[in-house]
Amino acid sequence: MFDAAMTQTIVLTLRLAGLTTVLLLLLGTPLAWWLAHGRSFGKDVVSTLVSLPIVLPPTVLGFYLLIAMGPNGPFAAILGRPLSFTFWGLVVGSVVYSLPFVVNPIRNAFEAMGPRPMEVAATLRASPLNAFFTVALPLASPGLLTGAILGFAHTVGEFGVVLMIGGGIPGRTKVLSVQIFDYVETLDWGKAHLLAGGMLVFSFAVILSMTVIERRLTGRRA
Amino acid sequence: MIRFAPTVRSAVILATIAFGSNAMAGETTVAVAANFTAAAQEIGTAFQNATDHSVTFTFGSTGQLYTQITQAAPFDVFLAADQVRPELAETDGFAVPGSRFTYAEGQLVLWSADPAAIDGTAKVLESPALTHVAIANPATAPYGAAAVEVLQALNLYDALLPKLVEGKSISQTHQFVATGNAQVGFVALSQVIKDDSGSDWLVPAAMYKPIRQDAVLLKMAEGNEAAAAFIDFLQGPEARAIIESYGYRVGE
Repeated sequence: MFDAAMTQTIVLTLRLAGLTTVLLLLLGTPLAWWLAHGRSFGKDVVSTLVSLPIVLPPTVLGFYLLIAMGPNGPFAAILGRPLSFTFWGLVVGSVVYSLPFVVNPIRNAFEAMGPRPMEVAATLRASPLNAFFTVALPLASPGLLTGAILGFAHTVGEFGVVLMIGGGIPGRTKVLSVQIFDYVETLDWGKAHLLAGGMLVFSFAVILSMTVIERRLTGRRA
Repeated sequence: MIRFAPTVRSAVILATIAFGSNAMAGETTVAVAANFTAAAQEIGTAFQNATDHSVTFTFGSTGQLYTQITQAAPFDVFLAADQVRPELAETDGFAVPGSRFTYAEGQLVLWSADPAAIDGTAKVLESPALTHVAIANPATAPYGAAAVEVLQALNLYDALLPKLVEGKSISQTHQFVATGNAQVGFVALSQVIKDDSGSDWLVPAAMYKPIRQDAVLLKMAEGNEAAAAFIDFLQGPEARAIIESYGYRVGE
């Protein structure tokens, strides 16, 4: 059913989304923790920055990333070579683009938890780090799961950013959404239907399973 | 009911102001291939000065525009970057039969934003320092297909394959090069002819099949005077002079 080009694109897309999700959980969880505790103007600014990709058109983000990843941008200055048109460039772009979809649910979970569980853990002589891993993270697991699923799905579905910084190189930067666009443009509607229909089913399954899992997890404790 | 009368009256007045300024003036929407953007805008201004009609342009890649046309996009005229899609529009019944003609012949240029990168020959393509060469998607953009032909003629296609990056349209390809993300790229001469900042190599026309760009009147335009006038204007001397000034060849 799928030809070699399609399989390559699907594998690349899943690899990109998987890696992005792992990085987002590693980066996003501490960030969400910090944002969930205490209020200051600085936190409001950071929280706004995190949420910006929700409202910014992907072309705006893609345009700035293209400039930033180009030979005269900061990435090239740090890494010694430009990041545009590379798989890692897409990873960086996807992390920025999907950040709010991971950070916000985790932050909400931490906030919903309240200070009480951590205080109780402290009276039981748990170190803050210990309490974070044994108390806070398990309590926030529905938020972590929602964040992971949303981050993964959102990265699979991204188009504008990868279009602008990717360059459509098969096996390196040509992801599903770009491939679908190509099929539609070349009037190869059979293949477009196959991939687009697959995405539709995938997205439906993601949101449905998220709803079910979230209800189970929260229901168990309620 | 009487209460509504003033509202209706003001609506009529508003409508008259909005649509009725001149009974003869019409409106037309033209779908234009990305490479022809700048030329089309200049032709549009000249057209609106010469006639009472107004024209609105929609820019995109030829493939994308054609897909929209097959889904009843409200376009009256289609200025493609190739001959394939306008022909297809005719055979598939989206265009007025017999209305197709070549309005421009495109020229391919290897271009860099760096004034020192290209010395007027293809030599830069053999440089090991080159990391990316931008071309338009060969499957959808004729300038991309022509670029592949040129690379093959130079026996460099296989060697450069890992360095090729694809723009979705010739505009995106130009953007890749203009931002320096790709050091060089094959773009349309029309995109860089009014730009003295970079360096280039005008590819000899013999190295690739002519990039004939066809226009066609779409079924949507039937009975639209402004659309017919635009087609006429496009073939007239004024428009042809503009087209040539953007680095296209015009036939005959």
